[in-house]
Amino acid sequence: MKMTVQPNRKAERILQWMEERTGVRTFLVRVLNEPIPGGPRWAYVFGSGLLLLLVTQLITGVALALYYVPAANSAHTTVAYITKLVSGGSFIRSVHAYGSRMIVVLLIAHLGQTFLYGAFKGRREILWLSGVCLFLMMMGMAFTGYLLPWDQRSYFATAVGTNVMGQAPLVGTLMKRLLRGGEEMGTLTLSRFYVLHVIVIPLGIVAFVALHMVLFRKAGPAGPPQADAVEPRLAEKPFYPRQLAMDVAFAGILLVILVALAHFAPVGLGPEADPSSTQYIPRPEWYFLPMFQWLKYWEGPRAVIGIIVAPTIVLLLFALVPFLDRGSERRARKRLLATGAFAVVLGGLVLLGLLSKRDDRRNPGITRQLARQEEEARRYMSQPFQPVLAAPAAAIPVSGQAKAGQAVFEAHQCTICHGDGGVGTKLAPRLIGISSQLSPDEMTALIKSPNAKMKGGGMPAFKGTDEDLRNLVTYVQSLR
Amino acid sequence: MMLNEMQLMELPQRGGEECGQKNDEASQLPQEPGRRSFLGVLGFVGAAAAAAAFGIPLIRYVAYPLSAAAASAEKKWIDLGPLEDFATTGVPVQKMVSIERLDGWQKTDTQQAVYVTHDAQGSVAVLSAVCPHLGCSVGWHAEDAKFVCPCHGGCFAANGERLSGPPPRGLNSLPVKTAGGRLLVNCQPASKPGTSA
Repeated sequence: MKMTVQPNRKAERILQWMEERTGVRTFLVRVLNEPIPGGPRWAYVFGSGLLLLLVTQLITGVALALYYVPAANSAHTTVAYITKLVSGGSFIRSVHAYGSRMIVVLLIAHLGQTFLYGAFKGRREILWLSGVCLFLMMMGMAFTGYLLPWDQRSYFATAVGTNVMGQAPLVGTLMKRLLRGGEEMGTLTLSRFYVLHVIVIPLGIVAFVALHMVLFRKAGPAGPPQADAVEPRLAEKPFYPRQLAMDVAFAGILLVILVALAHFAPVGLGPEADPSSTQYIPRPEWYFLPMFQWLKYWEGPRAVIGIIVAPTIVLLLFALVPFLDRGSERRARKRLLATGAFAVVLGGLVLLGLLSKRDDRRNPGITRQLARQEEEARRYMSQPFQPVLAAPAAAIPVSGQAKAGQAVFEAHQCTICHGDGGVGTKLAPRLIGISSQLSPDEMTALIKSPNAKMKGGGMPAFKGTDEDLRNLVTYVQSLR
Repeated sequence: MMLNEMQLMELPQRGGEECGQKNDEASQLPQEPGRRSFLGVLGFVGAAAAAAAFGIPLIRYVAYPLSAAAASAEKKWIDLGPLEDFATTGVPVQKMVSIERLDGWQKTDTQQAVYVTHDAQGSVAVLSAVCPHLGCSVGWHAEDAKFVCPCHGGCFAANGERLSGPPPRGLNSLPVKTAGGRLLVNCQPASKPGTSA
C-alpha cells in the first residue's frame, strides 16, 4: 500500500520486471480482490487465524526439532534440555503447546461459524469435506505431538489412545500395532509418531489447505446467511483492504495471547515415562476429555458401540453435512433441525468434559493422586537439567586378565554403584579413565582398604583372592 | 468500479497523480490519507512487534550452542602421572587422556592423545596432537625424530616447534601444572579457530 504521494519509478520498474516474468502482480490482484458478498465481516476471520497458527506451529516446530531427539532414551532428556537450558527454549515450546490448543479452539469456531451460516451450501460439498479432512488431520497432529515429550502423561495418554483405536472391529488390532510399531509402546512408537507429526501429516495439511483455498475461491465466499448460497446477489466488496485488515487484527490478537500465555504461564514437563507405574492416573488434554468421559459409560460387549460405532456415526454425520442439510435456506433460526443437532453435539461434548472434571473432583483418591502428580511435575521442573551419560567411546580390546577382572567386577556387585563398565551412577563416581589418576598400586591399596570418603559412600573393603584383586585392578585400569 | 484501484496499479505510472485519491468511493479505504497511513503505520508497528516478540527468542534459541552458557565452564585438570616418568628429554611420550565432555544434552567420553615433552627451556610441556593447520592427528616419527602430520606433511620438532610444511605455527601447548609430584594438564582450553579437535 503506497503511502507516498510521489510514485516511486524505480520500484515500479522492478515490479513490472517481476510481473512480466512471474505474473506476481496479477496473482496478488486476483488473490486480494476476492469479492465478498455483503462485504467483510469479523465472523470470517477464523479461517485465516488458523492459517496464522499453522505458520507459528511450523516455525516453532522446526525450532524444537533442532534439539529434540525422538528415541525412548533421549526424548525426555532433550525436551528437558530445551525447557530448562536452551535460551528461549521454554518460550518456544510453550508457544508450540499453546498454539496447538488454540488451533483446536479456532477449529471449533471456524466450523461452527461455517455450519451456522450455512456456508457449506451452494455447491460447496467438496470444500466442506476438505475442511473435515483438515479437522481430522489437525486432531492427528495434536495426538501425535502429545507423545513426543515422553513424560508420564504423554506416555499413558497415548497408551490409552492407541488402545481405544485397537477396539475398532476388524482393523483395530492391526491399526494399533502399526501405530505402536509393535504390541507394546516403545521407541518405535516414538519414531512413528514423530515421522507422522513432522512430515506425513503436515504434507497432507499443506495439500488440503491448498485444495481448501482453491475450492473456496472457486465457489466464492458465501456471505451472510440471508444471501443465497449459489447466487448471493448482494453488493460485493473486495477482500482487500478491509477484510485483510480484520484478519490481520485478529491475527494480532492471537499472537498477543500466545506470547502472553507462553511468557507468563510456560508449559512444564513431568518426570520421565515409567511404564511400570501402577499409581499414575492419566488424563488427556481438554479437547479429548469428552471422549475420555464417554468411554466410562460403555463396558463389556456393548463397549464397541460406545467406543467405535457412536463416534464414527457422529463423524460421518459431520462429514456428510452438505448432503444432509441440502435446502437452500441458510439462516440458522430457520434450520432448526441442523442448528439443534449442532447444539446437542457441541453441548454434549462440553457436558461430557465438565462431567469428567466433576467425577475427578468428587473422588478424593483421584484428587489426591492428581495433586501428587502435579507436585511431582513441579518438583521435576524445579530441578536443574541433568545431562545423560552417553555410551563410552569405542571399546578397546580387553586382555585376558582384564576380562577376568571384569568378571570379578560384576561378581562383587561393583556395577550397582559404579555402573555397568564403570560409567558411574549417583551412588559412586565414574571409573572410566581413572587410570590417569591412580596407579595400579594405588588402586590396589584403595580397593583393599577404602579411604574415609569411599567408606562414607558405602564402598566395602575387597574380600577375595590376590589374583582376583590383580585382575580386577587390571580391568579397572583398562577402562577408557 | 470495485476493480479500479487495482487496475490502476497495473497502468504505467502517471507522474504526480496519486492512485488512491481517484476512487475512494469504490474501495472502503478511509477517505483521509492521514487515517489510512495511521492504519498502515499501526500494521507495520504491529508486524515489527510480532517479529521482535518471536524473532528475538528464536534467534537466541537457534544460536544457543554458540553461547558461553552452553560451553562447559569447568576446567578439568587431568593427571598424567608422576613427574619422574617424564624426566628424559628429547623423546615425546604419548599419553591418552579421557575427557568427559558435555555434548549438547549428553555427557560423552572422548579420548584425546597428548604428547609429554620438553620445551626449548627444558621444562616439561604437554603438546596437543591436533595439527594447527587443519586439525589432523599428528604422529611422532621416532626414526626421523620429529612429528609428522599425515595430511599435508607438516613437520614439528620434539619440542613442538614448527619445522616445515603448511602449518602456520608449532604444535599447541596445553596448560600444565604440577601438584603432589604429579603432572597435570588442562585439556579443555578455549578453542582457537582452525584447531578444534
